[in-house]
Amino acid sequence: MTARQPGVALVTAQVGTASAMWTVVRRDLKSSFRQRQDLLNPLLFFFMVVTLFPLGVSPEVSFLQRSGSGILWVAALLATLLSLDHLFRHDFDDGTLEQMVLQPQPLFLLVLAKTLAHWLVTGLPLILLAPVLGIMLHLEGNSIAVLCLTLLIGTPVLSLIGAIGAALTLGLRAGGVLLSLLIIPLYIPVLIFGTGTVAAAADGTPVGGYLALMAAFLVLAITLAPFAAAAALRISLSNS
Amino acid sequence: MWQFFHKLGSPKWFYGIANRFMPWLFWLGLALLLGGLVWGLAFAPKDYLQGNSYRIIFIHVPSAFLAQSVYVMMAVAGVVTLVWRMKLADLFVKAAAPVGAVLTFLALFTGAVWGKPTWGTWWIWDARLTSMLILLFLYLGVVFLGSAISDEKSSARAVAVLVLVGVVNIPIIKYSVEWWNTLHQPATFKLTEKPSMPAEMWVPLLLSVLGLYLLFGWLACLRMQTEILIRERRTRWVKDFVSTGGH
Repeated sequence: MTARQPGVALVTAQVGTASAMWTVVRRDLKSSFRQRQDLLNPLLFFFMVVTLFPLGVSPEVSFLQRSGSGILWVAALLATLLSLDHLFRHDFDDGTLEQMVLQPQPLFLLVLAKTLAHWLVTGLPLILLAPVLGIMLHLEGNSIAVLCLTLLIGTPVLSLIGAIGAALTLGLRAGGVLLSLLIIPLYIPVLIFGTGTVAAAADGTPVGGYLALMAAFLVLAITLAPFAAAAALRISLSNS
Repeated sequence: MWQFFHKLGSPKWFYGIANRFMPWLFWLGLALLLGGLVWGLAFAPKDYLQGNSYRIIFIHVPSAFLAQSVYVMMAVAGVVTLVWRMKLADLFVKAAAPVGAVLTFLALFTGAVWGKPTWGTWWIWDARLTSMLILLFLYLGVVFLGSAISDEKSSARAVAVLVLVGVVNIPIIKYSVEWWNTLHQPATFKLTEKPSMPAEMWVPLLLSVLGLYLLFGWLACLRMQTEILIRERRTRWVKDFVSTGGH
């Protein structure tokens, strides 16, 4: 028994960063699929917000064609915002997060892995649902394709920025409302360029520049946001 | 040099030193601001196109100018908070954020008042205006996050992270008038060029900008002093200080 002990320690120390990240992603996916309600909520919310616009503003085809991409983007943004609370909440409540902070692997990479898992269960389904809603809003085929592309680049940015806000407001009583106040200002640039791209595509102007800028947002968010979110997590954990 | 740096970490030392230069900040700032405003509002020549309505820039430009640079100052203080854990830096962020929010609101409000006769509309979703609105939200976020976290140290560091994340907005505001074709005109002052206005207009404007800077410094010091007294209320020097009536 005592002879085996160092061996065990050696094995745990040898868990590579990549496999630790992979474990986190797999674990988060598994736990989300065991709570299907949480998985479906943002999607249903996305659908319902989009439904409100034709009913509340105008069901005219010309209006929907003009503002459909904006409606879809705003709805996707709100749906992401709604789901952010779950990003760290469960792990925070049951203490898993503290164990993650204590791991030898860098925390920002684990945060990146958690954010990736979050995007896979919230962002990706939104993108898959978007073409259906696009057709319901009478968007043209080309616009729908560009819209999905912008959502594909943009929703990971939303998840990454959102991770910072979720980490900062972790464990606060008025966390949910505060989270929207902190995060929406930072979402606005992504929204502007996301809908700008689709508008440019609808006008028949080249969209390469817009897409490059959005990709730049994504690169910036992937490289910087996990650091900020990891720092915020440490602060929130030391607070509780 | 290093001694000075270490002293900066002491709220008590700051309290004393602030007392010494606050009257200067206040009276000099007030004189410059009033001088600039009276000169600008009453004596500066009329604009040949806009008539008298342009005179609101003597309030609009200083507040907009300061709204942005206060955020940059807060970001610098945020770095200091995170790296050196200096109490004074956090005191500054907490003291400056509400003032910054008010200045941003003032800039937006005066801009709207000026926009109505000049552009024919109170508000337009132009890049400069929208990014200033985002700045207002950022300030409010900083204020609310700071007050939502009760633990002093955590609150300081969380706010610092938020301020640093939000700093991406500052270059967007600054260059929005150059990157996009906006209705808002380009910057009034540039370090590298002479202003495009006659001296009778830009000198009073510069005076009011400087005056508002000094007054902001005074107000920030005052708010920091108040916060220091609250935070250090259990220490001996604050008790002595209060019992002697503040002398």
